[in-house]
Amino acid sequence: MLLVTCPHCGARPEIEFRYGGEAHIARPADPSALDDRQWAEFLYFRSNPKGVYAERWNHAHGCGRWFNALRDTASDAFLATYPAGQQRPDLGGGR
Amino acid sequence: MAQPCRLPAGGRIDRAKPLRLRFNGRDIEAYAGDSVAAALLANGVRLVGRSFKYHRPRGILSHGSDEPNALLQVDRGPGRIDPNNRATVVEAADGIAVSSQNHWPSLEHDLGAVNDLLSPVLPAGFYYKTFMWPQSFWQRVYEPKIRAAAGLGVAPHEADADRYVHRHAHCAVLVVGGGPAGLAAALAASDDGARVILADEQPEFGGTLLHDLHATIDGAPAGDWRAQALATLAARANVTLLPRTTAFGYYNHNHIALVERVGDHRARQDDRRPRERLWQVRARQVVLATGAHERPLVFADNDRPGIMLAESVRVFINRYAVAPGRRIVFATSGASAYAAAADAKAAGLDVTLVDIRAEAECGPGPAMLRARGIDVLPAHTIVGSTGRKAVTGLIVAPVDANGIVGPRRTLACDGVGMSGGWTPAVHLFSQSRGKLRYDDAIDAFVPGTPAQAERSAGAARGIYDLAACLADGWAAGGGAARDFAATPSPTGFRPVRALPTDADAKRVKAFVDFQNDVTAKDIALAVREGFESVEHVKRYTTTGMATDQGKTSNMAALGLVAEILDRPVPQVGTTTFRPPYTPVTFGTIVGSARGALFDPIRVAPLHDWAAAHGARFENVGLWRRAWHFPRPGEDMHAAVRRECRAVRESVGIFDASTLGKIEVVGRDAAEFLHRIYINAWLKLEPGRCRYGVMLKEDGFIFDDGVVARMAPDRFHVTTTTGGAARVLAHMEDYLQTEWPDLEVFLTSVSEQWAVIALQGPRARDVLAPLVEGIDLAAASFPHMAVRTGTICGVPTRLFRVSFTGELGYEINVPADYARAVWEALWARGQEFGITPYGTEAMHVLRAERGFIIVGQETDGTVTPDDVGLGGMIARAKADFVGKRSLARPDMLKPDRKQLVGLLADAPDLVLEEGAQIVADPHQPIPMTMLGHVTSSYWSDACGRAIALALVSGGRARMGQTLHVTTPTGFAPARVAAPVFFDPKGERVHG
Amino acid sequence: MAEQAARRTPILAPSAARPEAAISIAPMVPAARFALRLPEAAAKAIGSAAGFRLDMAINRSAAARDGRLAARLGPDEWLLHGPETASEAIARDVEAALAGRHFALVDIGHRNVAIAVAGAHARAVINGGCPLDLDDDAFPPGSATRTLLGKAEIVLLRPDEAPVFRIECWRSFAPYVLGLLEEVGREFAGA
Repeated sequence: MLLVTCPHCGARPEIEFRYGGEAHIARPADPSALDDRQWAEFLYFRSNPKGVYAERWNHAHGCGRWFNALRDTASDAFLATYPAGQQRPDLGGGR
Repeated sequence: MAQPCRLPAGGRIDRAKPLRLRFNGRDIEAYAGDSVAAALLANGVRLVGRSFKYHRPRGILSHGSDEPNALLQVDRGPGRIDPNNRATVVEAADGIAVSSQNHWPSLEHDLGAVNDLLSPVLPAGFYYKTFMWPQSFWQRVYEPKIRAAAGLGVAPHEADADRYVHRHAHCAVLVVGGGPAGLAAALAASDDGARVILADEQPEFGGTLLHDLHATIDGAPAGDWRAQALATLAARANVTLLPRTTAFGYYNHNHIALVERVGDHRARQDDRRPRERLWQVRARQVVLATGAHERPLVFADNDRPGIMLAESVRVFINRYAVAPGRRIVFATSGASAYAAAADAKAAGLDVTLVDIRAEAECGPGPAMLRARGIDVLPAHTIVGSTGRKAVTGLIVAPVDANGIVGPRRTLACDGVGMSGGWTPAVHLFSQSRGKLRYDDAIDAFVPGTPAQAERSAGAARGIYDLAACLADGWAAGGGAARDFAATPSPTGFRPVRALPTDADAKRVKAFVDFQNDVTAKDIALAVREGFESVEHVKRYTTTGMATDQGKTSNMAALGLVAEILDRPVPQVGTTTFRPPYTPVTFGTIVGSARGALFDPIRVAPLHDWAAAHGARFENVGLWRRAWHFPRPGEDMHAAVRRECRAVRESVGIFDASTLGKIEVVGRDAAEFLHRIYINAWLKLEPGRCRYGVMLKEDGFIFDDGVVARMAPDRFHVTTTTGGAARVLAHMEDYLQTEWPDLEVFLTSVSEQWAVIALQGPRARDVLAPLVEGIDLAAASFPHMAVRTGTICGVPTRLFRVSFTGELGYEINVPADYARAVWEALWARGQEFGITPYGTEAMHVLRAERGFIIVGQETDGTVTPDDVGLGGMIARAKADFVGKRSLARPDMLKPDRKQLVGLLADAPDLVLEEGAQIVADPHQPIPMTMLGHVTSSYWSDACGRAIALALVSGGRARMGQTLHVTTPTGFAPARVAAPVFFDPKGERVHG
Repeated sequence: MAEQAARRTPILAPSAARPEAAISIAPMVPAARFALRLPEAAAKAIGSAAGFRLDMAINRSAAARDGRLAARLGPDEWLLHGPETASEAIARDVEAALAGRHFALVDIGHRNVAIAVAGAHARAVINGGCPLDLDDDAFPPGSATRTLLGKAEIVLLRPDEAPVFRIECWRSFAPYVLGLLEEVGREFAGA
């Protein structure tokens, strides 16, 4: 069970959280302006890397807030967590 | 004579506390402190089981959790039968009955032993090769037969009578293993008050110190040092000592699972105490001081009862005061067996030691033993053993530097202690995703770079000298560097794989994996057949795949593969270790989550009233809802008909409290709902309600419900019962992450408000006398309106809504008042024949009116238009969740499945929900499926059965006859509009 | 006309806590409760409302006069607590104090049920289902947070120095929460 650091509550066990998939995929301001392919890209296509992944977590059984995390999908190490709406942190050293 | 093999003195057993247990129906005497294995050996029992595949007689190999042979069924009374227990781990307790497994008709005479004679035709991969065809035979014939012939224990048939609990814990340092390294680590880690948990799988802490009688630490006997260390730790409030506790899983972020055996060692299981406790520990730092496992030697017939590991012989003698034999031959490739031989001699046993190594390689050991009168034969190999159900002799032969084997001789004996060196117990380290590193000097994989906040210490990382172990443990526990003075330990061994032999290797059985009956020959065959990866060899031969996970066999198997391929061991690699380290009971994993605590059983405020009035209940998610209220002599069908009639003709009362409810508050509340639902909300007036449908972004129906505007900035949203949590989560997600600029707050009030649905032409008559502050007249309080006031003197949000098609109210009251309000309505309604109805009648009543139920008419692939609600979509809205998806070409196809009514030609035929629908029942198989029945009931109001269905292009098929599958064939049914009663919807305005 | 106000029927019968026992698991009497939502910045600016302190750290609670308490469960969420009879006064006072601001005050007095867990083994019993660290250093007096107990969501409070924990859950989960606590607590009952 992962230990997830909520930006508001600190380190908490994974079972308090709900996972929300890839982060930084904003809902288009005007979906009707997108063609079917673009809409499908928004709805379904995710990067799914081996390595650092920016993803959404919700502290559902805690403060209830959505936030973002940088997690290494190979090691499950969390490199950063940050409130929703903030920029992805630059961890330096390239990717 | 009782306990013929018990030594007259010594050991850690309590001779003042005799015990009696049973083994295969025979009484066994033992003492408190014995393991079952020790008790059996004390009573001269050697043969304890039959091997997995060949049914060869087997005895006790080890003294700990690595035991591959001695698997016993343990019977502690009704509901307390547990198979596959290692005799070396189970503590002797008064009154328990243990029995051997995997034999028929008896342990002594096992017909399965014919497999041993057939072994030339039972090579590695035999099952794969033989039972391939026909495929269907695998499940039905081959596997059951193989299971029966080569099984483990028998699963118990009764429910487990024991209790199990869970415990979460946190600490600064978790130390796994309470031997010298672990004790030192715990002492160092807890010195400054930090929280430390020390766990050990044994009943007593101390590890090797429990049986090392001669070592000294810092000038004192090692036993005294151990006692002092434990006293120090026990006195520290920040230390938790967990004996009988096995760490079996090392998961992410230093999350460790351990099982504590709380009850089994007690003679009587009391009702208060759990049998086992699952600990889930989150540790800032983990110290793995898990020790090492001794390796057996691989030679012909190395599995006869009486042949055990050398250190285990020492443990039985020193710790349990049991002589595993009177004439013991030690066979070794390393130094540690010399200490065992010396201790055996000191216990008065006849001892000989055979060492594969040349005299010059053996160090001071031979001289030390000879000085004690022990015969030592260096430069000898073992080529076999004699005996059947117990060893009677060890066949040895000189071997020179070139591996040339000289003449054989048989050393008569009744016990053998063998040692092929040591393997660090790196299982937990490997589970933690740490990378293993091969250390050539000790022929073993040891922990390399940790992947988590972990340190391995002592023998777990290949440090075998006592003083070094203590210093290593101390450092791992965070102590400043310090030295310990201790008696030097005899360490070092020559790695050997299969021992040199003069026999034809193809004709002998030299076991590598005792539990799965894998021999050196099998490993060689696997490599010869092209399996070079150790992972493949493992799966092909099953070596290391038994419940012992190959604790004693892994290195021998690896070494053999490397030797045959002539590659260095690290190139062959090692297999991955996975949890659990040792078998764990299902009870421990399940914990309290059984029976009434398996899942929360959610009951609404009127549950008890319903139960008292004869309700039968159904599960809806976690909720238990009143299904119907049969009167004496009524079946469900009759009860539902009566309940429906009451609603249509007079008045019914229904507990709708499980509906999800969300209070949406804020200046932008209407705008928020406008974006979430498909329909329009901005112009809904306070005091009015509207039915809403929401989609997920994929365009499919997600949930529905009535929404009331209580005030310009306050809405009372209702959701389906099952959708309550997910709808709130969905709304919060959009609010927080897509539209954080909206001034809206959401609060769940599902359980604040109980909901009493009062439905039927007389609903107003029942309600009116109890309500204050609300004008119930139809003109001032029309259908789809909401009012606040009081009922029975308590606040209410009174909805005039109907899911039945009748005049109806949904009376929201704070939950604790629901019982009193319901009873008042019940009393007032008696003159109208008020009738409680359940969820089944509710389903029928709404189906008669063609109202959908999300999850019944919809399944996550259904759009609003599919169920005839396309007209609800506010076309003028630029956007709402899911709108864009509705414009996809697939969403607009005319052959989409659409909601229709279905009327079977036979009016009394209630079609099956889920039944498939075809146009022509005579078409060839596979037929073209047009859709399926979603709801189907007998309708008293219609005088016939009715059904709703999703049918491809359904609305264009009105009047067509289609065919619906039934248990016996097909039934013709006509497509009709999905409204069967009061098609204009006039009754709600009554 | 209604003759008299309807009576409450709580889902768990309240009982008296026995903090001196090895373990005491006691449903509490009904109380006034509100969910207060207010933007983080507003809470910081006003500090308190109607006597309820609002600017404490997240997952901390603060006692107020007359047996009232505010627990901050998130950046913009508070659980307001008081005696049952104070419900209307709390609603009125908070509404007045926050008038003109963006906020939501929602009555949840019947939604939640509280169980007091006390005694020497209180932590061990709660940790039978709750994954949080309840040590004094990690969960000091004044702590309050939403979390889990087994398969139920709870709010766990330790209002003050007394070794008494208060578990709040939704009404329908209360029999499960009480049942799980009692099952785990059996080991210590009478010990």
